Amino acid sequence: MAYVVGALFAAAIYMMLRRSIVKLVIGLMLLTNAANLLVFVVAGMTRGAPPLIAEGASVPGALVADPLPQALILTAIVIAFGVLAFSVVLIHRAYEVVGTDDLDQMKDTDT
Amino acid sequence: MLLAVLSGFLLAIAAPWLCPLFKDRVGWFMALLPASLFLYFASMLPEVAAHGPQVVEYSWFPALGITLNFLIDGLSLMFALLISGIGTFILIYAGGYLKGHPDLARFYVLILSFMASMMGLVLSENLITLFVFWELTSITSYLLIGFNHEDPAARRSALQGLFVTVAGGLALLAGLIMLGTVAGTYSLSEILNSGEALQDHGLFTAILLCILAGCFTKSAQVPLHFWLPNAMAAPTPVSAYLHSATMVKAGVYLLARLNPAFGEAELWTLMLCLFGGLTMFTGAFMALTHTGLKKMLAYSTIMALGTLVMLIGIGTPTAMIAFACFLFGHSLYKGALFMVAGILDHETGTKDVAAMGGLRGLMPYTAIFAAIAALSLAGLPPLFGFVAKELMLEAVLEAPLLQNLLLVLAVGAGVCVMVVAAVIAIKPFYGPLKPTPKDPHEAPPSMLAGPVVLATLSLLFGLLLFIPESLLIEPVVAAVYGEPVAVSLSLWHGINLPLMLSGLVLLLGIGVFLFWSRIQPQIAILREFLGRFGPEAGYFKIMEGLTKGATWQTSVLQNGKMGNYMIVLVLTTFMLTGYTLMERQGLRLWLDLGGSQVHEWMVAVLLVMAGGVASLTSSRLGAVASMGVLGFSVALVFILFSAPDLGITQVLVETLTVILLVLVLFRLPGFVRLSSTYERVRDAVVALFAGAVVTLLVLAVIEIQYFESISAFHIENSVTLGYGRNIVNVILVDFRALDTLGEIFVLALAAIGVYSMIKFRPEAKEKS
Repeated sequence: MAYVVGALFAAAIYMMLRRSIVKLVIGLMLLTNAANLLVFVVAGMTRGAPPLIAEGASVPGALVADPLPQALILTAIVIAFGVLAFSVVLIHRAYEVVGTDDLDQMKDTDT
Repeated sequence: MLLAVLSGFLLAIAAPWLCPLFKDRVGWFMALLPASLFLYFASMLPEVAAHGPQVVEYSWFPALGITLNFLIDGLSLMFALLISGIGTFILIYAGGYLKGHPDLARFYVLILSFMASMMGLVLSENLITLFVFWELTSITSYLLIGFNHEDPAARRSALQGLFVTVAGGLALLAGLIMLGTVAGTYSLSEILNSGEALQDHGLFTAILLCILAGCFTKSAQVPLHFWLPNAMAAPTPVSAYLHSATMVKAGVYLLARLNPAFGEAELWTLMLCLFGGLTMFTGAFMALTHTGLKKMLAYSTIMALGTLVMLIGIGTPTAMIAFACFLFGHSLYKGALFMVAGILDHETGTKDVAAMGGLRGLMPYTAIFAAIAALSLAGLPPLFGFVAKELMLEAVLEAPLLQNLLLVLAVGAGVCVMVVAAVIAIKPFYGPLKPTPKDPHEAPPSMLAGPVVLATLSLLFGLLLFIPESLLIEPVVAAVYGEPVAVSLSLWHGINLPLMLSGLVLLLGIGVFLFWSRIQPQIAILREFLGRFGPEAGYFKIMEGLTKGATWQTSVLQNGKMGNYMIVLVLTTFMLTGYTLMERQGLRLWLDLGGSQVHEWMVAVLLVMAGGVASLTSSRLGAVASMGVLGFSVALVFILFSAPDLGITQVLVETLTVILLVLVLFRLPGFVRLSSTYERVRDAVVALFAGAVVTLLVLAVIEIQYFESISAFHIENSVTLGYGRNIVNVILVDFRALDTLGEIFVLALAAIGVYSMIKFRPEAKEKS
C-alpha cells in the first residue's frame, strides 16, 4: 500500500505542475485522495474488525481498527469536497473572466 | 550613570522645542549638557586612577545575559571625556556655523543622539549593548552625512558610509556572538580575563577576523577607507566631531578594549601592524593629493587611525603609552583644525586652500590657533603632538615584526603630514590676499571657542606633561595593556634615534613644502588613477553587481509562473523530509505482504492505474472517469480494511465530485499540450522524487510509534460516556464535536462562495 500512496503522490504532484488550471484541480483531487490514504496506511491497516461495539457490550472485541484516524479522514474527505467544489467554480469563473486556462498567462494581476 | 548616557537622547527629543525658544543662543544652551557630563566624568578620574576599573550595573534582559552594565576604566573614561569635551565645543560651534539654518533643530536632534550613542558605546560593559550603540552611531552618522539631503552627492556619500560601516557591523555582530558563546559570557570584564582560553579555541581565528572586519570598516582602514573622505559632505561640525574626533575612533576603541584578551595572538599583531601601517602611509600620502581643506584633514585622520591601530598591534608598554598620547593629542588638534577649516569655509565660501591666501590680517585669532594646532599635527615641540609622535617612533622601533616596513611607513607618513600641516597653517593665512566668493572677516566667538580652547590645551599639555600623565594616560595604558604600567612623559628624551628621525622628517617636510605648489598637481593625477582602479571603484562595482544580482534573482525566482513556485516548494519540502528520514531511520524498502489477498492486490493495481491514467490522459472525459475509478477504489480500500463509515462517505462524495466535474469541466477548454517535452520530463522527475520520498516515509513510519495512541481512551469510553456503539461517529459528534462544528462552517462558507461566484457577476452589475 505504501507504494500505491507514493505513486499517487507522484501523479498528483505531476498534475499540479502542469500549466493547465484544470489539470491543477485534478492534481488537487489526486493529492487529497493520496493524503487520506497516507493517514489510513500509516495508522496501520486491520482486516475485518471495524470499530463498532456489539449491542449490550461496553467495549469492543479484542482487536479493532483504530477509530481516531478514521474520524480524521472522514473530516478530511468532507472538507476536501468543499475545497474542490469551491476551486472548480473558482476556476470556471476565472476562465470566464480571464479567457485562458494557462497558468503562465495568469501571472499578471491586471489581465 | 544611566542618566549620563541617556540624557543625550532625552535632550535630543526636546531639541525641536528648545530651538525656537533660544533662537541664536541655542548652541550655548545645548552645550551645557556635554559640559556638565564632562565635569561629571572628570570628577571620576582621580578615583579610577587610584582604584582601577569600576562597573555600574543595571539589568536589561537578564534571561539572555544582556545587561546595561557600564564599565568605567581609564580607556572608557578618556573616550567619554573626549566625547563630552569636544562635544561641548562642537555644539557651541554648530550654533554659529549653522546660524539661521532651517533644519537646525534636526541637526541638534541628530548630533545629540549621536553623542549619547557614542557615550553608550564606550561605556558599555556588555558586548551586545556595545553592539547596539555601535549600530546607533552608524545610523546617526548616516543621517548626519546626509544632512544636506537635497544634495545628491551628500546622499550618495551617506549611503556609502552606511553600507561600509554596517557591513562591517554585521561581521562584528557575528564575531561578538561567537566570542560570547566561546567565552560563555557577554561581559567584557570577564572576557578580558579569559584571554588564553579564547586563543586556544578553534573558533578564535574566525572571531578575530570578524571583529577586525567590523573595527577596520568603522575606523576606515585601508582598503575600506574611502568612505571617510566622502563623509566630508556633512556639515563641518559633524566632520569635526564624528569623522575625526569620535565615531571613527570607535573601531580603535574596540581594538584597544579587546587588546588584553587578544594581544598575545600572532595573527592579531600581524593584522593590526600591517593594516595600521599601510593605512597610516596611504592616509598621509593621499592627503597631499588634495587641495580641499576638509579632504586633506580627512586623509590625515585616516593616517591617525592607522597609526593608532598599528600601535595597538605592536602591543609593547611603550606602544600603549604612545597610543594613549596619540589618541588624546589627535582629538585635540584635529578637532581644532576641522573647526578652523569650517571657519575658513564659512567666511570665505571656498574649501580649496589654493584659492585662499593672506587671511592673516583679517582673521588674526584663527590664524594663530590654526598654527598652534597644525604644529601639534606636525609633531613639533613643545606641543603635545610632539610627545605623541616621539613615543610612536620609539614604539615602532620596538615592533615585534615588520619593523623595517613600519619604520619606513612611519617616516614617510610623518613627512606627508608635516607638509599637510604646513599647508593648512600657512597657505590660507600668508602671502598675497586672494579674492574669495565671500568677504572674509573674523569668525564669531561661538565658532572660535573650540579651536582656541583645544589648541591651547595641545600647547598646555605639551608644556605641563605631568597633568595628563598620571590622571589620564596611566589609567588608559593600564586598561589597554591589561596591567598597570608606570608612565613618565617628557618633552626631552636626550638625543636618541626617534629624535633624529623627527629631525629628518622635519627637513624632508620643509623641503617638500617649499615645492608643494609644483608637486601637488602632479600627485593629483595619481588620484584620478586611483579613482578608476582604487577600492572605491570596487565598491561601486559591488553595488552595481548587487543590483544586477537582485534583478536576476527576481526574474528567476519570482517570475510569476505557478509551476516554478510549486517545484521549489515541492523540492524543498521533500528534500528536507527525505534528508531527515535518511539520517534518522535509514532506508527501508521491504514490506511485509504476508496475508494479503488477491482482491486486495487488484484494488491496489486499480488505484495506481487510475492515478496514472488521470495524469497522463489527454481527454477530459478520460481524466474525470479515471478520477471516479480512483475515488471508488479508495472507498473499496476503506471498506476492506475495517472502515465502513469512511467507505460510505467516500462513495457519496465521489459521486458528487464526478457530477460536479462533468458539469463544470465541460464548460472549460479541452486539454491542450502547453508544456514542452523538457518541462514534462523535469516535472516528472520532481514528481517521482516526491513520490519516492513519500513511499519511504510510509515504509518507515509503519514501523515506528513515538507516542502512545490516545485511541484507547475513545474505544473504552465510547459507550460509557458517549452512549454510541459506532466509535468513529462518537468521536466526530461527541468527543471532537467542536471540530465537526468548525467543519460545518467551512462547508457553509464554501457553499456561500460557490453560490456567490455563480450568481453575482460584475458584468451584470455594470448593465444594471
